[in-house]
Amino acid sequence: MNGLPWRRFVNVFWTVVSGSTVLVALVPLASLLWLVVSRGAPGLSASFFVSLPTPVGEPGGGVGNAIVGTFFMVGLASLMALPVGVGAGVFLAEKGDGPAGKVIRFTAEVLSGVPSIVVGIVAYGLIVATMKRFSALAGGVALALIMVPSLARSTEDFIRLVPSALREASLALGVPGWKTSLRVIIPTALGGIVTAVLLAVARAAGETAPLLFTALNNQYWNLDPTQPTASLTVQIYNYAISPYEDWHDKAWTAALVLLLLVGLLNLMARLLSRNRLQGAPR
Amino acid sequence: MPPTSDSASARDAPAPARFANLGDRAWSSGISILGGTILVVAGLVLLELGRVARPAWEGMDVLRFLTSTDWDPVQEKFGALPFIYGTLVTSAVAILVALPVSVGLALFLSEMGPRRLRPPVAYAIEVLAAIPSVIYGLWGLFVMVPWLRGTLEPFLQGTLGFLPLFRGPMIGLGYLAAGLILALMILPTIASVTIEVLKTVPAALKEGALALGATRWEAIRMAVLPYARPGILGATLLGLGRALGETMAVTMVIGNSPEISASLFAPGYSLPAVIANEFAEATGDVHIGALAALGLVLFGLTLLLNAVAQILISAVARGPRGAKA
Repeated sequence: MNGLPWRRFVNVFWTVVSGSTVLVALVPLASLLWLVVSRGAPGLSASFFVSLPTPVGEPGGGVGNAIVGTFFMVGLASLMALPVGVGAGVFLAEKGDGPAGKVIRFTAEVLSGVPSIVVGIVAYGLIVATMKRFSALAGGVALALIMVPSLARSTEDFIRLVPSALREASLALGVPGWKTSLRVIIPTALGGIVTAVLLAVARAAGETAPLLFTALNNQYWNLDPTQPTASLTVQIYNYAISPYEDWHDKAWTAALVLLLLVGLLNLMARLLSRNRLQGAPR
Repeated sequence: MPPTSDSASARDAPAPARFANLGDRAWSSGISILGGTILVVAGLVLLELGRVARPAWEGMDVLRFLTSTDWDPVQEKFGALPFIYGTLVTSAVAILVALPVSVGLALFLSEMGPRRLRPPVAYAIEVLAAIPSVIYGLWGLFVMVPWLRGTLEPFLQGTLGFLPLFRGPMIGLGYLAAGLILALMILPTIASVTIEVLKTVPAALKEGALALGATRWEAIRMAVLPYARPGILGATLLGLGRALGETMAVTMVIGNSPEISASLFAPGYSLPAVIANEFAEATGDVHIGALAALGLVLFGLTLLLNAVAQILISAVARGPRGAKA
């Protein structure tokens, strides 16, 4: 068959091909990050964070209400999603090996693949159609529905990283099972659980689609859960698809703010999981 | 852990006192209820979706809905085909581009790349996965679309213009733009799942091939890839599921025109995009119902893909034909 030089050449060829796929992936990433920073940074100022949006052509103005709205709705969503998601994760880790656990894990996996826009329709049906108005609550419910399944799965993964010797030692000392879980297992996995929570929050903060027709938008400050509410992501979308140059600039600046927010959450999650338990899942 | 658990340590624990037993039972039923909530959420999603779609369902010909190309909410004519077509075409483009790139990336990160380069590349891929989709859309709209219009599309037309895929006016916005941005977005998904799959390949297989004198690439091609193939397929389906449902980036670059064109340069529409654009300003219950019915189609598609993907990925973890991993 083929001689060794040829086979070596083929080996090098495919190594180069695999290396060049790295470039294919990283060039767009670098371009994206560079443009968000270079086009977004000129618009950054203190007033951008605290002012209301201005009409086209009027200088100044910011996305203060949208930032508050994002925090508000992500907060609402976290209130609903964290107990359920983390609790379900604890269930999957502790009792998830039976048939019920398998069904629930599979359901969680499948649910986390449901498109966020579909979740938006669900939240619309649950809240908007019932209350007959767009509201921060509906946006929060949509985000919560998105957070729960992925939170459950990542919480499970982190709890399973706790060595079983810890549990066994605690049980052998006569500590009841529930106390072992609450006092030994969960505190040990806490860093991981907080990581899972931060990642879920970061993901929710970056969601746009499910907010479009649940929270809608709002030109003013709002902290009333029954009223439409602005969010950073929807604001970026509206600015980006508008035909106005100065709104495009604001879209880039708002994108920079969003990227910093999401990046900060991810960074915190990374640092936490590195300190507590080695080797985060995924 | 409750005494009902099958772990040996729990079974051998001394019989707990009544109080401890009570605590265990409360704890165990507490977390069971929270676990069951996942099922409730799944049921809720399905039920609500069906309920919102209902006004369109009633008296609707499902086949006509799925195959008609006429979408005119004012006349209450609802045909889903242009959206289904756009979703499938853009996802196909995305998979065709993303699959080779992500398998290459996965191999680079787990087998072929210089060890010192792996952590920063892996980190960059994580960053790619964490960027919100609306920012992809923004970048796509103002950076990628002009580049497509000015550089890539003229090039494709010049070289492959004999194919109907690459004919027609080059406006940048369209199936190709949406497909390429989707490719970028699903790349981290496919790559990271593929890496997980490659990790489950028994080291003995690769080492055996290397010991027999195979080059590194030959070991990968003959020992690693065949073993990992179902898992890579699963990863691809997972990526496809994400591509089908991705909304914002596609909405911003696909052109939003409910037509079916053979050319990839033409503007089109996708299922999530039409829902995103029309839902908030829908003209009535029937219009909302029709949009929710599109959501139902989308939901069904992704459900199917995700279920198959999960099964394929866990099949690799177990090893092919009863082999021990």
